[in-house]
Amino acid sequence: MLAYLIRRLINAVLTLIVVTFVTFCVFFLVPKATGSDPALLYVGKQADPAAIAGIREKFGFNDPVIVQYGKFLKGLVFGRDYVSGADITHCSAPCLGYSFKTSQEVWPLLIDALPVTVSLAIGAAVLWVLMGVSFGVISALRRGTIWDRSVMTVALAGVSLPIYFTGLLSLSIFVYWLGFPNPSFTPFFDNPWHWFTGLILPWITLAFLFAATYARLTRANMLETLGEDYIRTARAKGLRERAVIGKHGLRSGLTPLVTVFGLDLGALLGGAVLTEAVYNLRGLGYYALNGIRQSDLPVILGVTLFAATFIVIANLIVDLLYGVIDPRVRLG
Amino acid sequence: MSIGAPTPRPFLEVKDLTVRFETDDGIVQAVTGSTFSLEKGKTLGIVGESGSGKSVTSLALLGLHRTRSNAKVAGEIWFDDDELVTATDEKVRLLRGGKMSMIFQDPLSAMHPYFTVGSQIVEAYRVHHPGVTKKVARERAIDMLARVGIPQPDRRFHDYAHQFSGGMRQRAMIAMALVNDPALLIADEPTTALDVTVQAQILDLIRDLQEEFGSAVIMITHDLGVVAELADDVLVMYGGKVVEKGSALDVFRTPQHPYTWGLLGSMPRLDRDVRERLIPVKGSPPSLINLPDGCAFNPRCPYAGRNGNRSFTDVPVLREAGVGTGAGHLVACHLPAEDRKTIFQQDVLPNL
Repeated sequence: MLAYLIRRLINAVLTLIVVTFVTFCVFFLVPKATGSDPALLYVGKQADPAAIAGIREKFGFNDPVIVQYGKFLKGLVFGRDYVSGADITHCSAPCLGYSFKTSQEVWPLLIDALPVTVSLAIGAAVLWVLMGVSFGVISALRRGTIWDRSVMTVALAGVSLPIYFTGLLSLSIFVYWLGFPNPSFTPFFDNPWHWFTGLILPWITLAFLFAATYARLTRANMLETLGEDYIRTARAKGLRERAVIGKHGLRSGLTPLVTVFGLDLGALLGGAVLTEAVYNLRGLGYYALNGIRQSDLPVILGVTLFAATFIVIANLIVDLLYGVIDPRVRLG
Repeated sequence: MSIGAPTPRPFLEVKDLTVRFETDDGIVQAVTGSTFSLEKGKTLGIVGESGSGKSVTSLALLGLHRTRSNAKVAGEIWFDDDELVTATDEKVRLLRGGKMSMIFQDPLSAMHPYFTVGSQIVEAYRVHHPGVTKKVARERAIDMLARVGIPQPDRRFHDYAHQFSGGMRQRAMIAMALVNDPALLIADEPTTALDVTVQAQILDLIRDLQEEFGSAVIMITHDLGVVAELADDVLVMYGGKVVEKGSALDVFRTPQHPYTWGLLGSMPRLDRDVRERLIPVKGSPPSLINLPDGCAFNPRCPYAGRNGNRSFTDVPVLREAGVGTGAGHLVACHLPAEDRKTIFQQDVLPNL
């Protein structure tokens, strides 16, 4: 078990290093390929050639890519100093560089954005798991009834309607017509109630999309499980139907959901771009979108690395968890 | 309770049992008018090919068609003076796994993959012994595992089904079925998924346990060897109907139905010379949605049509097989008793 854990950890770290390399290449080579100069992006259009040269030197744009990458990695782990003559800017570890546009350090910017995204993702996750699983199970148990059909129809709508549609719809109904307060983020520890009321609309919108998928998934899994021989055995033992479904059925019907849930949550923690954009919540997704709009490469790079890290960690947790919940998966 | 009944009811008496499933394709007549009985300590073998209604019959006995099933069950099932077809769900549930229990065909899929074998046996025990502590139930489960011949039962208790070998798994399944001392044990093809070497062990085990517990056993199988070894009485099913019924001795010595002849002819035997090939029953089992008119076996029967058109129009009824057969030996066939005797002596017996 320990050996397996260590192997998986090493694997995860290697994956992350590869991710840093790929993202680094994309974001620092693309400007080169398209002929745009990152130094120009920093200083703005009206800068004089001397300033551009200074920036170029300071941020090491003159170095070979591999050297730049090495410095970037070093900055991530130990921090780095940007030096141009007497002009020294220190960027402490983990250093993701400076925003082209605001000249702020990227790391603190993203750390500030993180609570927004985490609150959004976790609140929505609780909602969609509760809703998706319960509706899915009930649908499976009442297969073919009007209940089942309506739930599946709504679920189909949920899967097909994009967030920028449901989000705007909910905004116009709840905020503009019914006068609910505009969604906004209040840190949980400042005021839990405002935290809750400010996020409830985004949660519901985001959860609707996922709950729909989970309801369909749960229904399919449960139907498959209920047809298994061991469910018949459970009934043949004389177990109450409640125990047959609630213990034997759910135990295997919900296990596959763990994988999906881990990966979904991991991906969302990297930024719920659409939801954050629709409700103007300044989370990771918001900064990702902004970064892309303004060609702010260091921000894009930072968000991408964050997202990748969450997904890798989520993967790791799911794999480890699976060894615990499915005895047939042998760890070793 | 039947007070003052002239003759006591058999321990298990099934009268005119009919099971149909309503599907999108039509009504599946899985079992039609099945009648049989069984006493304590005796073994009834139900034989037939896949889709002949064997398993459906056994599931109907346990009332497993009641939950989440489109099955319609009619007829009477008298089990120790209780009628089960009309009984409440709760009453049947309490009998299920307690007074009557079942061993399934493939123990790997019949056991839950996520719970330990021990906990599944404990669960079965505690459903029917609500007051019992976990510790007592655990001891009982380990004791049962030991009795069905699982070595180191206190350690295997914590294993999962996939960690058992096929034979051990079936033993554990039997332990689970017997944990509540059932008076009726239904074994649905208990050896089909097992190695030949293990099959004999499992059959021995079932026989020993039956002697020990004195339970009635229904052995469902397509393997006539199993029936010959264990059964007191035999029921041959075809297309959802009982086509031949009698003591095992009679059915093996003087089989009456052409389908039974076919089954016997297709069975490999070591005590005879090696023949060119086995004689299969030609054709394939009938669709239970569209049973052939008349005798359901007529499309595959080499002797159909010997009796005018009756094979194709009249459904034969089960009745005394007649001349030269034991009492209570019944067959559903249009052939006259004499013809059956002659055909069997001349055509069938030399090839067995």
